[in-house]
Formats: sequence, C-alpha cells, structure tokens
Amino acid sequence: MRGGRLLFEGFGLALGPGEAAVVTGPNGIGKSSLLRIAAGLLRAAAGQVARSGVALADERAALDERLTLREALAFWAGLDRAAAEPAMAAMGLAHLAQVPVRLLSTGQRKRATLARVVASGAPLWLLDEPANGLDSEGLERLARAMRRHRAAGGAILAASHQPIGLADAAEVRLA
Amino acid sequence: MRALILRELRLAATGGNALLPLIFFLLVATLFPFAVGPDGPLLARTGGGALWMAALLAALLPVERLIEPDRASGVLDQLAMRGLSEEGVAIAKLAGHWLSFGPPLMLAAVPAAALMRLPGEVLARLELGLLAGTPGLAALTLIISALTAGVRSTGALAGLLMLPLAVPILIFGAGYVERGGDAGALKLLGAVSLLLVAAAPFAAGAAIRASRD
Repeated sequence: MRGGRLLFEGFGLALGPGEAAVVTGPNGIGKSSLLRIAAGLLRAAAGQVARSGVALADERAALDERLTLREALAFWAGLDRAAAEPAMAAMGLAHLAQVPVRLLSTGQRKRATLARVVASGAPLWLLDEPANGLDSEGLERLARAMRRHRAAGGAILAASHQPIGLADAAEVRLA
Repeated sequence: MRALILRELRLAATGGNALLPLIFFLLVATLFPFAVGPDGPLLARTGGGALWMAALLAALLPVERLIEPDRASGVLDQLAMRGLSEEGVAIAKLAGHWLSFGPPLMLAAVPAAALMRLPGEVLARLELGLLAGTPGLAALTLIISALTAGVRSTGALAGLLMLPLAVPILIFGAGYVERGGDAGALKLLGAVSLLLVAAAPFAAGAAIRASRD
C-alpha cells in the first residue's frame, strides 16, 4: 500500500541459498516498496515476510559525507563485525579510501553503496537498481561480487531495468 | 551503542552542532548588556533569566541537523535493518547530543555570567540549574527533531512546537536562579528534565518509524 493505494497483491517468493530473483515492472509499480518490505522497513498491508539477515542497497549511500570513504564504510563494517577493505577492493574503490564521501561522483557513490552491502556479510542482498550510474567495469565488478556471494550460499533479490549479470535468476514481473 | 554515541559526538564536533549553540549563547550574553545598558545591579538581577532564555534558544539551533540528515541519507534505515530499535537509536542520539550540548554550555556560562556581572553564588545556582535542565532541553530538541524530520523548511515550525514545551524548564530554571536558591524549584526542574529524558526515546523512536511510510 502506498498513500492508501494498493500497489500489488498475490505476491509470493521463496529464495534458497545461492538463488537469485530479479523484480521487473514499470515505474511506480512498487518494486522498491517490495524490497523495503523484504528489508523490514515497510509493513505489508497483508502477508508475511520471513528472512535472515539482509543488506539493502538503494539510491541512498547512507555514508557520512564528511568522513573519508574508508572511515564511512568502516563504521558499518564495525557494526557488522566485518572488514571493509576486501569489499572496497572488490568494487574497485581501494584508491579512493582517503577521499571524503562528499567528493565522490554518482558512480563512485553507487560502488560505495554496493561495497557496504558486500562488506555486510548478510545472507540476503536486496539491490534496488544496482546498475544505475555504474560504468561497464563497475557492472562487471558487481556481477563478480554477486557470483561470489551466491557461490558462498547467499541469495539476491534485485529490482532493475537493465541486465545486471543475473541471467540465470528467476524473473518476477510486477504488473 | 558505543559506536553510535561516538558517531554522534564526531558529527556534532565536525558538523557545527556543538559549536553553533555555544557561539549563539555567548553572543546573546554579549549583546544583552548592550541592550539594557551597563547598569550593574540591573544586569545582575535580570542576567540569570536572560542566560536561561539564551540557553533555551541555543537548544533550538541543532533541531534540523539532529535526525533529518540521517533519515535522508538512509542511515536510520540501515540501522533498523541491523536490528537496532528506533528507541535505541534515539537513546544514542540523546546521549551524544547532550554530551556535545550540556557541558560546553555550562562552561560557556562562566564567561557569560561575568558579562552579566552575576555574583558567584548566582553563577553556582545557574550551573546547577543548567546541569539539571540541559538534559531536558536536549531531549526536547531530539523529540522535535524526530517529529519534523522529512518535513520541508522546519525552522519556524520547530520553534513553535518546542518553545511552549520548554516553558516548565524555563520557569523552574530561571526561578531557581532568581529566587535566592529555592531548592523546590531545582527539584521541579530536575523532575521536568527527567520526565522529558524518559519520554524522548519513545517519542522520537515512534516519530522515526512513522516518517518511514
């Protein structure tokens, strides 16, 4: 429900270890809302969500602007009891470690957002338009990170208009 | 929780949340003698109340910067997904905010009292009152900050919401300074402050949750 309007109903999805699903559908159909429901940030008007730990990447980086990228990612990694450096290397951000977050470009921010998810170690990744703003090299790194995550038994639920390297994933179409 | 409080302190130190109220407080203390004139006894009589008023207005300054930036940048959502309750986040914010607001204000009250020609025992009462009252002011700032998060141009709205609620703190705080150290006023000030501090995590937590949909 958004603003008293029903967005979608009759939605059911189960993701096991190593599985992935891509949610597609026109703008405003409720893809982001679905991901936020899965994250536990919104409540579904009816129905249930059962999941283990999640990490969400949406259009907001949730990184402190004044800190350097390393410090900002280390804050979340500290809460997750994980290390930020491998994730920064995986997304090709190692050379930006000392740059304040506020100076990063759109694409670099997106990579940093994804690095936060990679570093979290959560079994379920929720990726809202993860390809937005990424260049081809960034897309390749994202695909590699997702492959590694699924190989390690993680699951992915993504919402995207573009192909993001999840060709073998189940497609869920909201309409 | 400790990481959250440390983050709040760092944000306050680098973002001006700590410095701005302090400078504002000292500015008011400097300007007030210009406004009423250099009459020593008059300043000493009215100075305590004026400083309480300045403290109240200084508490209003960080209201837009306490919750809204974290809501807009998604930090609050990320914390919620890590299993932290909104109330827990509010407690950390309250602790961090008071630490960056209360003690600096109490320090600034010393030169401010000198500008007002307040005698030593009046300054002591002012400091005691600030110690009891600033947690309540910080709690009030947090509540209003959470309530107005996500609303555009909240400055005036926050003032209108907060100042009426701060009336008891002002009355008992200034009353304790003025009325020759009536212990009853200090106790009531402490009680109001305690009530606000106890209510703030729940009120702010609920407001943060409500701002999500």
